[in-house]
Order: sequence, then structure tokens, then C-alpha cells
Amino acid sequence: MLFQVLADGILTGSIIALGAIGLTLTMSVLRFPNFAHAELITFGAYIALAVLGLTGAFMGPLAPLSFGLPLILATVVAMAATAVLALLIDRLVYRKLRARSKKMTVVFGSFGVSLLVRMSILLVFGGAATYYSTALQRAIRVGGLFRVMPDQVFTLGLTIIIVVGLHLFLKFTRLGLAMRAYAENPQLVGIYGYDSERVLRWTWIIGAALAALAGVLYGLTVQIRPEIGFHLLLPLFAAAIMGGVGNVHGAVLGGLIVGLAESLSIYLIPPGYKMAVPFLLLLLILYLRPTGLFGSAKGAVR
Amino acid sequence: MSMPLLTASDLVGGYRPGLPILHGAGIQVSAGEFVALIGPNGAGKSTLMKAIAGIVPIWSGQVELAGRVVTNTPPHRLAEAELAFVPQTNNVFTSLTIDENLRLGAAALSRGQAGQALARSYEAFPDLTRFRNVPARALSGGQRQMLAVARALLTSPKLLMLDEPSAGLSPLMVSDVFSRLKALVHDGVAILMVEQNVKAAFSVADRAYVLTEGRNRLDGTPEHLSAMDEIVELYLGGGGRKH
Ligand SMILES: Nc1ncnc2c1ncn2[C@@H]1O[C@H](COP(=O)(O)OP(=O)(O)OP(=O)(O)O)[C@@H](O)[C@H]1O
Ligand SMILES: [Mg+2]
Repeated sequence: MLFQVLADGILTGSIIALGAIGLTLTMSVLRFPNFAHAELITFGAYIALAVLGLTGAFMGPLAPLSFGLPLILATVVAMAATAVLALLIDRLVYRKLRARSKKMTVVFGSFGVSLLVRMSILLVFGGAATYYSTALQRAIRVGGLFRVMPDQVFTLGLTIIIVVGLHLFLKFTRLGLAMRAYAENPQLVGIYGYDSERVLRWTWIIGAALAALAGVLYGLTVQIRPEIGFHLLLPLFAAAIMGGVGNVHGAVLGGLIVGLAESLSIYLIPPGYKMAVPFLLLLLILYLRPTGLFGSAKGAVR
Repeated sequence: MSMPLLTASDLVGGYRPGLPILHGAGIQVSAGEFVALIGPNGAGKSTLMKAIAGIVPIWSGQVELAGRVVTNTPPHRLAEAELAFVPQTNNVFTSLTIDENLRLGAAALSRGQAGQALARSYEAFPDLTRFRNVPARALSGGQRQMLAVARALLTSPKLLMLDEPSAGLSPLMVSDVFSRLKALVHDGVAILMVEQNVKAAFSVADRAYVLTEGRNRLDGTPEHLSAMDEIVELYLGGGGRKH
């Protein structure tokens, strides 16, 4: 039983981690908590659903996974579409608000955007729960201790690959260096000869693409509803803040901690209160270590 | 004198609309010339440099660089136009290592050129090599300044703008920095430098501008300026002001 709970926690945690990476990146580079990040997750999940509806299942699933090339294609399209949406929101809303000095204006703006996106999704797709596939997957037994779904193993593996990739990206590419630099001192990026607009653009693109990916992976394990992103909002912020804003590895560990805490909480509190766990963790971390467990070097991306 | 490399004329601009800091300041630097910019605290020396560098908006007036009008050009474009700028404060990324700072600073170059530029930079500043993989926040003030200058030189600029490169350095370090700068000028790089220590500035510069309240007050060669009562009284009286 315990092993099962741990395995489930790690897998939920890796989805939270994917969302939190995008959130922590945009939060430190753009210097405001984007509450609409959660809605990018929902948007991505629904775009993939829509693309899947258009293309149809032109190929069967890649056993033992529950999905095949059609969903992979749909995910790529969803990531691109979500990136475009994020750039559009930035152009139409945030850019103007950012030009003014009050930081809270942008935060409230992101609340507004978040509602707008969620309601638009509700309007277009309706509120009923849907699935990418109704095919049943066979769980994998691991040493008789616990069972996992192949999709969950895939999710965990993909998260690990993305974290390693992002780490290398931030350390070795010019754009990655520029993103870390921008988080520390936006003005100096231009003086160093790098186009700071390009940094902003790519931060949105990467954050939104990861959000869409998290949305699809989440949609594989739960039902797809217009509220899925909203329900992830608190876990995402808990993970990002716990990891230290701008700290990619921290966000991943934070995500895993939140996921594990959620699933382990069944030993302590009724399952209906599971949603309160990230909230409690967030309060605890803000009270004990507001800079995060692993520290954030004053708005630096690591 | 050869054709001016930089001509900034009648600049009006500032940080907030309606609150100009520059009230018509102007400056000219010829190719390979060493020009100092002096003036009291708050005169707008840093603001003038930032306006030329495309960071502080210019509301009227014009900046010309190598014959091209570059007024209000974004800073990264000016880097391509071979202008390099080292701000007075926060002029390196402390969360990045020395090597990362230099790699980012060489971003305007092609990959091959960047590799060569980095190698040249480590050769010219051997101290930086030792701290290659150390975050810049661990460097001393002098080492940071050295990194900032090394970064600015990566792109082989025609014009180097330095805002108080000697601030916080020991006298020994200051003379080291200044002799390096003179060597650069000897190699054909033009330098525009803000310097609080007027005596030191006059000892290296070909010409100097005195700025007060966002306007040009005086300019000329060090010999010419040193002979003026106003300069002697305000700037050379006590053997150069300390900051
Ligand atoms: N970022 C800023 N925002 C608003 N006002 C500023 C800013 N930086 C400088 N100022 C104002 O502009 C004026 C000129 O400042 P500036 O830094 O250009 O002077 P300076 O000649 O470089 O002085 P110092 O010798 O102390 O470096 C000052 O009144 C200062 O208060
Ligand atoms: Mg200054």
C-alpha cells in the first residue's frame, strides 16, 4: 500500500513539476506571478483534444502506452498553439501593464486573463468531462510492491528528460544564459549585446509549451475538464515557491514534494481534503522559508 | 582631427516624461581619441552615457555613430554598431560565472569569432582565468570591474564608453586600469570615460568635457582646462575630489 501511494505521488508530482518549471521560469524572468499559467495548461489539453478530433485516430496506440502518434502530433500542435496564445496575451495585455510601474496591476491583469481563458474554453468545449482515449491500459506490476500505468512511467521519464534538457539549455546556450541574465538585470542584457525582446519572447514560448505538455499529460491520467488547470494552480505555486523562484531543479523537487504530500495525506486526513495539502504546504513554506527550500538567488534563473 | 566617430548634439532626455535630466548636452569623440567626462555628482554624466547607449530615452537631439544616426537605437543594435558600454554600477551578472558572463557578452559574434574573442580575453586578463567558473558575485570590486571591461572589449568596439571604471579601486589598480585603457587607445579604440578623479582623468585624456546640470559647461584639452580658475578651484583644488 505504501509503495503504491509513493508511486502515485511521484507521478502526480512529475506533472506538477512540468507545470511548475514553466511557472518558475516566467515568474523570475518576467518578474510577476502569472496566475493565467494554469489556464495555459487547460488550453493545451483542449487544443490537443481538438486536434485529435480533427485528425482522428489515424494510428493505433503505441503499446503499452494508451496513446499513439495522433496524440503526439496533437500535443506538438497544442504546444505551439499555447505558445502563440501566451505571446498574444503578452502583446495585448501584459506588455501595456508592465510599462506602468505598479507590479500589482500585472498580477490582477493575469487574474482577468485567467478567467477569460477559462470561460472561453467552457464556452467552446462545454463543461462535460472528456478523455483522449477510452482504451484501457494494463498496469505494470513492479516487484509485487505496486502497480503503475505505462503512461505514468512515460510522464516521469519525459519530465526527467525535460529537466536535464532545460538544465543544459540554461547553462550552455546563449539564449539560456540570456534568460538567466535577464532575471537578474533586464537592462544589462541589451548592453551585453543580446536582444532582450527575444528573451521575453522565448520565455513565454518555453513556459507555455511546457504548460501545454503538462496539460496533455494530466489529461491522460484524469478527465479533461475546463477546471483542470485551475485545480493545479495551488500545487504549481506551492512547487515553484518551495523550489525557489527561478530555480528549475527546485521546481521539480517542489513538484515531487507536493505530489507525494498529496498522496501521503490519505493516511492523515480524509481524501476529500487532499486539495488542501498544497495550500498548507504553501503557507508553511511562506512562513518558514519564503525564499524556497533550495533558495532563489534573488530572481535568478538556475 | 579625423572624422568624428561619435557626435551627440543637443540631447534632451530623462527617466520620466516631463522631467528632463539632460538639457541640451552634447559630446564629440573622434576615432582613436581618449575623452573624459567630468562634473559634479548628479550632473547627468551617467545619464548622458545611458542616453547615447540607447537606455535612457532621448526626446530631442541626435546621436550619430560612424556617420549613422542612431538616436534611441536599442542597446543590442549599438553593440552590433561597435559601441560598447560599461555602466557605473551593476555592470556584470553576479548570478552568472565569469565564463558565462563572457560567453553572453560575445553573443553578437559568430560562434567561431566568439571562441577567439574569449581566448583573447582570458589572455589579456589572466586573473579572470583563475575564476572562470566562479559566480561573479564572489569577485572583489576590482575583479568585477575587470570582468566588465573584458566583456565590453569582446566585440572589438570602435568606441568604448566607461562610467567611472576606477570607482572603488586601489590606487595601484587604478593605474593598471588606466594604462590598459591607454594601450587600447594606442591600438585605435576611442574611449569616452566618466571619471571623478579629475587629475587622473587629465593625465590620460586627450580632451575633456565638464558637465553641470545636464548641460555642457566647458570643454577642451587638459592643458587648456587646467589653466582655468573654475577648474582649479572646483576640481583640482584638493588634488582631485574623492567620491
Ligand atoms: N534610474 C533613474 N531614475 C530616475 N532618476 C534618475 C535615475 N538615475 C539618475 N537619476 C537622476 O538623474 C540625475 C543625474 O544623475 P546621473 O546618475 O546621471 O548623475 P552623474 O553625473 O552620473 O552623478 P555621479 O557622479 O553621482 O555618478 C540625478 O538627479 C538623479 O537623481
Ligand atoms: Mg554617474
